[in-house]
Amino acid sequence: MNAVALALPGRLARGNTLPILVVSACFLAFWYAAAIWMNAGLIAGRSSGLDAISFAKAAWSLDRPLLPAPHQILWELKTSLFDARLGTPRNLFTHIGVTLSSTLVGFAIGVTLGILLAIGVDRSRALDKSLTPWLVASQTIPILAIAPIVVTALGSVGLKGLIPKAIISAYLCFFPVAIGMAKGLASPDSAQRDLMRTYAAGARTTLTKLQLPASLPFLFASLKVAAAAAFVGAIVAELPTGAQSGLGARLLAGSYYGNTMQIWAALIAAALTASLLVGAVTLIERLALGPKGARR
Amino acid sequence: MTPNERAGPAIAIRSLSVSFTTPEGPIHALQDVDLDVTPGDFVSLIGPSGCGKTTLMRLVADLERPTAGTISIGGLAPEQARERRAYGYVFQQPALYPWRTIERNVTLPLEVMGAPKAERRERARKSLEQVGLSGFERRFPWQLSGGMQQRASIARALAFDAGLLLMDEPFGALDEIVRDRLNVELHELWERTGKTALFVTHSIQEAVFLSTKIVVMSPRPGKIVEVIDASSLPRKRALELRETPEFLEVARRVRDGLRAGHAYD
Ligand SMILES: Nc1ncnc2c1ncn2[C@@H]1O[C@H](COP(=O)(O)OP(=O)(O)OP(=O)(O)O)[C@@H](O)[C@H]1O
Ligand SMILES: [Mg+2]
Repeated sequence: MNAVALALPGRLARGNTLPILVVSACFLAFWYAAAIWMNAGLIAGRSSGLDAISFAKAAWSLDRPLLPAPHQILWELKTSLFDARLGTPRNLFTHIGVTLSSTLVGFAIGVTLGILLAIGVDRSRALDKSLTPWLVASQTIPILAIAPIVVTALGSVGLKGLIPKAIISAYLCFFPVAIGMAKGLASPDSAQRDLMRTYAAGARTTLTKLQLPASLPFLFASLKVAAAAAFVGAIVAELPTGAQSGLGARLLAGSYYGNTMQIWAALIAAALTASLLVGAVTLIERLALGPKGARR
Repeated sequence: MTPNERAGPAIAIRSLSVSFTTPEGPIHALQDVDLDVTPGDFVSLIGPSGCGKTTLMRLVADLERPTAGTISIGGLAPEQARERRAYGYVFQQPALYPWRTIERNVTLPLEVMGAPKAERRERARKSLEQVGLSGFERRFPWQLSGGMQQRASIARALAFDAGLLLMDEPFGALDEIVRDRLNVELHELWERTGKTALFVTHSIQEAVFLSTKIVVMSPRPGKIVEVIDASSLPRKRALELRETPEFLEVARRVRDGLRAGHAYD
């Protein structure tokens, strides 16, 4: 017991915990200070004669602050996640679920497309020459900026709900996957390739026994980028007017009604969901590649 | 294999030439090479860097195409021989697949060739035993030393029991002690299995110790200077052989051959 207690400060100093705690504390202190500064204008009228402490308390407990204090956001987050009835639009889980489902559908489509494109480009020089310029050009379209227009346009031809959002997500994630995968498929060195030739292995066998396994580390690196991109794509696609649910709709409603706490709560929920998404990909990566990434 | 095919040469090379086109002009990697390898021979290729040893091996393995001349491997063209998986190739680097365990690296050729699982495991066990790697089946390549990795790559070449082994400087990157031990192990393996072997090395000692025939080559353009017969040395060999006068005599002839090759340019 005693040894553990004695060892704790040393372990804190050596590990990651202490630096993270210090940075978080600084960040929170800065936030609270910023909340006083930004909200000062809102309480100026009724605050004459308040001492510094009451002034700060007032700034941290406004109903509609310009910048809510962290504890206010946490409270809002807790209420909207756990106090509101599950399955109703007042509950944040409903919105997370809506955004997440179109993210996952878009991610699945985009990843499949990206992998198939990479295999096609790797296999055929003609496909490489004819397709690659188009793939690169496709990325010059600022899809995030025009996503609302795209969603509205798709809606007018009858594509509503999850599909248009998933299309935006898929568009954002196929490219990093195609690039990472193409690099991975080309990664085996010449001796590893020649080895397959000495076994008289065909293109298919070389793909499944050499190129695909060799490309997994590359694929997973792109999958993390793609997962985050798909999620952002889904949120942005929810912004056009008319979207009833989803984190994007929640953000829009919050800003429409000047409800900053709702905006921040939605933002934090989005950040947490995105981390969970990337974390899930990392977990699958660990399971698939082993702790050392199966190499070196 | 019919007895007839056995009687013919394992490898017959006739007026073989290769040139590579490069931006700086053509490189004549090999010129007018003739070589016969009898079944059961252990033939070493030795010569200065750039004299075309690797190129010659790759031509035999159909990893490269000749500009002129012919190669026959037990009566087959290199391409047919490759398609029939007539040889096992050991590269200068182990070229193991890092995501596979040692056992699954060794079973890789058998998987490609469609052998059933039980047979794959049995053959992997045998060939890992032959190179002294029993007990390392579940390890990954990065968990093994360089010498062990190279042995694993030899086990992989042995796994499908081809009659011909092509080895391109397999021990080039290893220290002398490990190299000595692997030389003894390789010699015993060859002695036991009666395989035909084509072996590239930079070490005169290694070449003489392992070979029945030593091919001395010279560069620019790559050609054969001399073929030295070492079958006068006993067939069963131990490291002590290297101190005997007979061994030193063959080694001297190889050295003279290498000197002569250098005098050409
Ligand atoms: N693909 C290629 N393209 C152009 N030149 C090549 C190619 N392969 C080999 N060469 C050239 O052919 C010559 C013989 O090369 P090779 O690799 O066979 O030599 P080596 O005897 O194996 O040398 P080392 O002992 O250094 O391995 C060299 O001059 C080399 O630069
Ligand atoms: Mg070489």
